[in-house]
Amino acid sequence: MYSFNFRRASNIEDAQQIHQSSSDAVYVAGGMTLIPSLKLRLANPDDVVDLSQIEGLSAISSNDGVVSVGAMARHCEVAATSDIPALASLASRIGDAQVRNRGTIGGSLANNDPSADYPAAVLGLGATIHTNARAIAGDDFFVDLFETALEDGEIITRVDFPIPKRAAYAKFANQASKYAVVGVMVAETDAGVRVGVTGAAACAFRLTSFEEALSANMSASALDGIDVDSSDFNSDLHASAAYRGSLVTVMAKQAVEQLAA
Amino acid sequence: MDAETGIGASVLRKEDARFITGKGQYTDDISVFGQTHCVFVRSPHARAKINSINTDPAMAVDGVIRVFTGDELVEDGIGDLPCGWVVNSKDGSPMVSPPHPPIATTVVNYVGEPYAFVVAETLQAARDGAEAVEADFDILEAVVDTATASSSTQIHENAPNNQAYDWELGDKEATDAAFENADHVTELDITNNRLIPNAIEPRAALGSYDAASSTYTLYTTSQNPHVERVVLALFVNVAPEANLRVISPDVGGGFGSKIFVYAEETAVIWASAKVGRPIKWRADRSESFLADAHGRDHVTKAQLALSSDGEMLGLRVKTIANMGAYLSTFSSSVPTYLYGTLMAGQYKTPAIYVETQAVFTNTSPVDAYRGAGRPEATYVVERIVETAARELNMDPVELRRKNFIPPDAFPYQTPVALEYDTGNYAASMSKALELADSDGYAARKAASEANGKLRGIGYSCYIEACGIAPSQLVISLGAGVGLFESAEVRVDVSGSVSVMTGSHSHGQGHETTFAQLVSDRLGIPFDSVNVIHGDTGRSDYGLGTYGSRSIAVGGSAIDKALDKIIAKGKKIAAHMFETTEDKVNFAEGQFSYEGSNEPKPFAEIAGAAYIPAVYPLDELEPGLSEKAFYDPKNFTYPAGSYVCEVEIDPSTGVTEIQKFVAVDDFGNVINPMIVEGQVHGGLAQGIGQALLEHGIYDADGNLSTGSYMDYTMPRAADLPDFEVDMTSTPCTHNPLGVKGCGEAGAIGSPAAVMNAITDALGVKDVPMPATPHTVWETIQQGA
Repeated sequence: MYSFNFRRASNIEDAQQIHQSSSDAVYVAGGMTLIPSLKLRLANPDDVVDLSQIEGLSAISSNDGVVSVGAMARHCEVAATSDIPALASLASRIGDAQVRNRGTIGGSLANNDPSADYPAAVLGLGATIHTNARAIAGDDFFVDLFETALEDGEIITRVDFPIPKRAAYAKFANQASKYAVVGVMVAETDAGVRVGVTGAAACAFRLTSFEEALSANMSASALDGIDVDSSDFNSDLHASAAYRGSLVTVMAKQAVEQLAA
Repeated sequence: MDAETGIGASVLRKEDARFITGKGQYTDDISVFGQTHCVFVRSPHARAKINSINTDPAMAVDGVIRVFTGDELVEDGIGDLPCGWVVNSKDGSPMVSPPHPPIATTVVNYVGEPYAFVVAETLQAARDGAEAVEADFDILEAVVDTATASSSTQIHENAPNNQAYDWELGDKEATDAAFENADHVTELDITNNRLIPNAIEPRAALGSYDAASSTYTLYTTSQNPHVERVVLALFVNVAPEANLRVISPDVGGGFGSKIFVYAEETAVIWASAKVGRPIKWRADRSESFLADAHGRDHVTKAQLALSSDGEMLGLRVKTIANMGAYLSTFSSSVPTYLYGTLMAGQYKTPAIYVETQAVFTNTSPVDAYRGAGRPEATYVVERIVETAARELNMDPVELRRKNFIPPDAFPYQTPVALEYDTGNYAASMSKALELADSDGYAARKAASEANGKLRGIGYSCYIEACGIAPSQLVISLGAGVGLFESAEVRVDVSGSVSVMTGSHSHGQGHETTFAQLVSDRLGIPFDSVNVIHGDTGRSDYGLGTYGSRSIAVGGSAIDKALDKIIAKGKKIAAHMFETTEDKVNFAEGQFSYEGSNEPKPFAEIAGAAYIPAVYPLDELEPGLSEKAFYDPKNFTYPAGSYVCEVEIDPSTGVTEIQKFVAVDDFGNVINPMIVEGQVHGGLAQGIGQALLEHGIYDADGNLSTGSYMDYTMPRAADLPDFEVDMTSTPCTHNPLGVKGCGEAGAIGSPAAVMNAITDALGVKDVPMPATPHTVWETIQQGA
């Protein structure tokens, strides 16, 4: 670790002001990605701006068919909610217990790791991401590898998840890291069937071919014969693009079967 | 004897209270006055020529005290890190051991090899200093692949074809003849994947030099502090042996990786005299991945000759063993004398011929890792036996039974040098099959198939050689050390006992097991026995703990010292009884004489020994303290039968172990609970090798699996509930009848798992680790 200034923000404006006034600042939420990077000396910011003491950022509430999750809500807290069981189940399978007790939804989404779980929920459930400046539709949020629609210094404040009629998340976890090799959220929502896929490509995406097939027939067999184009999928030590392509279908089917169960 | 604490009792481990409450004292917990911190500057290249190293920018960093390069060690007469076992090639020539300076001087040969180190007031300053060291390299082509290493660019000047040695064992002509007469030949090409040890406590060292007494003290994470001391003194020339004390305090796991003498402790103990202050180093996890010796990494072609009815006639094995960039401390013995000698397995195969070519690559050095050669041997034998049974359409159990060395054939001379003392392989097999409910397998397989899953069953009947080893035998085979063990039993005036052992516990539970042995034999309370280990200043000598040798060799040394204690006790008692020592009996803690109805408890004799009123001091010295060195007469031969049942989901390639049965024969057992724990740990590592763990280098020699994000350690959820049981044929040549249990699980299990997976998939081989991706690809290739 290199030395840096630890700056604890008391409110959102404070956080943003510190960020703007620093030549090189980074926000820390749960720190599950940032702290290891700092420890390995892979990051060398001047200022680390801590968001953990900002009031009201970690509340989870449910009103009018929407579950609103504060950006600083920890994975274990989301896992303990009941209004969207698929979301709670997803959160309960992130990383390990230590990660779930520290990591936050806002930190995860802002980081946009291609193998993170939450992006599948944001896309699959049709969530809206609220920041200190605006509301961003989930569908517009994930841009590319570790790249989001957030402007420099912009802070996620909460994520609103419309409660679906039913939803399920199936995940094929990396054996070592427990990140998603492929994770698929399938949801039947008021706005139709949505399928959000994480792990497979540079960032999470919706699989419209699956959405169409499942809209017509919400059963695993409806996905038979639908080709998943894996040509742009990630390929690494743990999984080839073709394997990820196959897993997208297998996980989507598992999710559909869970819906029926 | 006390049934709750004596031999055979599952006594809870004495040491666990401090370990699980965070009160263990590990090397990094020890700090001494004036201590400085050290960080090593490591090569980012797999192979490069060092043109120049500029340490000035590092010296300019605030807090940096000294920066050392390898040249300074050489100039001071510090020698190379030696390999302590000379293996000869087929032509009689000794192995090639390339120069291995502790700190690289002219070339670096693997990513992570240290070429400088920084000593600073704080760890942070040492890190900053290490980053500031500037080195100019000419990057050279790296050699990474085991199979093609001998036809690749030459790494070391003195090692043509990148070969360390080309070794053989067995009767080639007899084996060729067996193949000529065979009805069937089974061939199998297999690899044994590279593993990275990952002890929970990273390696660490704290070196300090006391100028007033010219003595050095090294605290370090060693499985064998006396070996560390003799190597540093005699070969590396750090200090005269008498002036060097090595203390290996609580150590959190070793698995072999802490046997070896490494650059880091050499550097800190040497530099502590140059700096004039103590120096501490502790590896971080990323560093451990690169700087600890790795394990396994074999490529093997095996052939088994059989008669049409399944009689095993001959075995040929040709292995390429990847040694990494240099020959680590005991590396040369692993793919030879700890490997080829085990190729008979549990079978009476009459003709065996083994060849091992050891090659250099630009990867971290490879040395002994839990099982060391024997897991690799078992993998070859048990995979090819199972494959042969499939090819002959025989039940793999029946094929094994037909070829087992029968119980009445012991002692049994194998065609690969070892003479097994005892065993009953069919008995272990029968018990394992019963536990595995093999009769119900067909129904379980049908149920899996009905669910769209693939089910397979696999067996592995391993043998290993533990209790290393008869000194004169191993010295004749090239070992640079004897492999006896020492013990001292020091009885206090009050009758309590301290035991100084040359064995070293780094998780094995010696403080409990050895105390049970002493308390049982002397008939004294378990809690009055204190086991002391890991300090060259406190125990006479020791060869340390590896190769499952502690109870068989270290325990036997204690037993021998106890014989002497009891003999002297009888002499003292004889004077008290006014009789002769041959008329004194000792049992259950009491010295008795038929002419007296007042037996003398052990503690009373201890008191009499130190308050010498009753015996003539010109005949008998006062005190009651005895030493013993025990040199084993043979290896011990634990053996067992493992059965593994897997279910594979063909859609994802995920393998789930649904049943794992391990029946081991460890001879007599002192503490069944500790033994069972050792089996569990071994199984976890063996299953880890089969399903999860893999040290992978990219083509440029970068370690791709250098963290827990990519290197999969087995977790509890990856493992089934083990069904563990034992049979027993006591060892015939040591006083305790014990064999050793530390490695069995890791030796026997990979073949059982892979035999089950290949059975489920209906294929000849799947490379380890059988990750979901690998299994899925295997299925796709067959589809």
